[in-house]
Amino acid sequence: MPLARSDTSPLFGAGATSTLRLVVYLAAGVALMVADYRGHYLARVRQYVAVAVEPVYRIAAMPADAARTVRLAVADRQALTQENQRLREALLLTQARLNRLSAVAEQNTRLKELLEVQHSLGLGVQLAKLIDIVLDPYRQRITLDAGARQGVVVGQAVLDAYGVMGQISEVLPTTSTAILITDTAHAVPVVIERTGLRTIAYGSGSSDRLDVPNIPVSADVKAGDKLLTSGLGGSFPAGFPVGEIVSVAADPSGMFAVAVARPAAALERSGDVLLLRPLADPVGPPALKPQQGPPAPPPEELAPATAATTPAAASPAAARPPVPAPAAPRPGDTGTAAPAAAAPVAAPRPAAPATTAAPEQRR
Amino acid sequence: MNRHRAHFLLFLLSLIVACLLQLMPLPDLLLPFRPYWLGLILLYWALEEPERVGLGRAFLLGLVGDVLQGDLLGDQALRLAALAFIVLRFRSRLRFFPMWQQSLAVFALLLNDRVLSLMERAFTGAPMPPASFWYAPVAGMLAWPWVFLLLDDLRARLRVHEA
Repeated sequence: MPLARSDTSPLFGAGATSTLRLVVYLAAGVALMVADYRGHYLARVRQYVAVAVEPVYRIAAMPADAARTVRLAVADRQALTQENQRLREALLLTQARLNRLSAVAEQNTRLKELLEVQHSLGLGVQLAKLIDIVLDPYRQRITLDAGARQGVVVGQAVLDAYGVMGQISEVLPTTSTAILITDTAHAVPVVIERTGLRTIAYGSGSSDRLDVPNIPVSADVKAGDKLLTSGLGGSFPAGFPVGEIVSVAADPSGMFAVAVARPAAALERSGDVLLLRPLADPVGPPALKPQQGPPAPPPEELAPATAATTPAAASPAAARPPVPAPAAPRPGDTGTAAPAAAAPVAAPRPAAPATTAAPEQRR
Repeated sequence: MNRHRAHFLLFLLSLIVACLLQLMPLPDLLLPFRPYWLGLILLYWALEEPERVGLGRAFLLGLVGDVLQGDLLGDQALRLAALAFIVLRFRSRLRFFPMWQQSLAVFALLLNDRVLSLMERAFTGAPMPPASFWYAPVAGMLAWPWVFLLLDDLRARLRVHEA
């Protein structure tokens, strides 16, 4: 009995309101507050008692819920009508917006198809991202996030927006490594744009320099000349900018002139690069396309099967004299013996109704 | 015995109702005017039946309020202990005030409670509360006569019922 305890408790004697008690309780309160402020114990306590406390909140919220329900129940008709009207308008607006969106989506797919077509037309490019760079005097490589799975092959040219960067030297399933044109082991056949002089630009090991070492002394080369790929050697298509001559000097031996060029590509800045798809062999007929749909008219023994696949294939088959011969026996055997002369024309026809049924159902 | 138990139930029930009222969601406009129900109910019991309300119980009630409200553990415990202390000290005088004077006294007590709360806030580094922080004691003062009359009436009924 709580009351029995409190009746005899000294708490309610004369000392119940002594200042000492108050001080003790105030101190306890302050200590609790400080502890909670530092350690956030209350949050933890509330986690434990949440199960017990949650119904209390429910009950406390009941009057408010009830008030809301009542207000909804007695909401006046006009307000509801207005709300209905407003919602209707909003719905209409949303619907219109949705329709526009679907139109845009359709346009998007059309444009995408166009893009695909452009790819199949030849000079296709593929976008790849740089994921690693090695730039030291002996190795100038970049790693790209496209690999064999994306159709990358060794030898593909790597470009950026300003010029040639290098070529693919190694392909892994999902990544590939490209050697930059400034690698000491790399050389690009180039042509000087102004004069058409053919020469070769070697990598220097420094990412802002290309060496063009063996230019004839008599050749007309000046600082500021543009270097383009010449297309010789087949690695790079012709006409892409490679660099610009910075200075020309005489070789120590005096036999050649030596030029130094600055690469056109932003070798140290590019984040996205383009991989040029290998060009189709320009000589000879285009490669055969893989066959789809009905096979081409095959030799005689396959003719009935051909007729069975599509009715359209049956007509050229019928035109050929030897073809009906194997097809003819079956209808001929079942019915009366057809005149041999009529067989070439007539034979496919009885076969047709039986065999075309399936394709027609499919349509 | 039975009578005691009924009175104790009334005491408990009033505290529970106070907790619920304290937690009850209100429209934002009315929120600053919510009286400090826990304080009011504790005040009533401290005035009328001081043997039920010691500093310890006030402290415990404050802890319960803290857990329910989730501000800072010990905040309400401290405030209610202080409130109970003042009321118990001046109980003999407060009890025989006429109602309007009592209401004013309650206002002063609740205001003091608010000041305590403000001090705690200052120590935890919280910013100065808005003016609406001070509306609650006024609402508490206005609510006091009704609380007093209602609980007095309930107690009287219990007594009559048993007699």
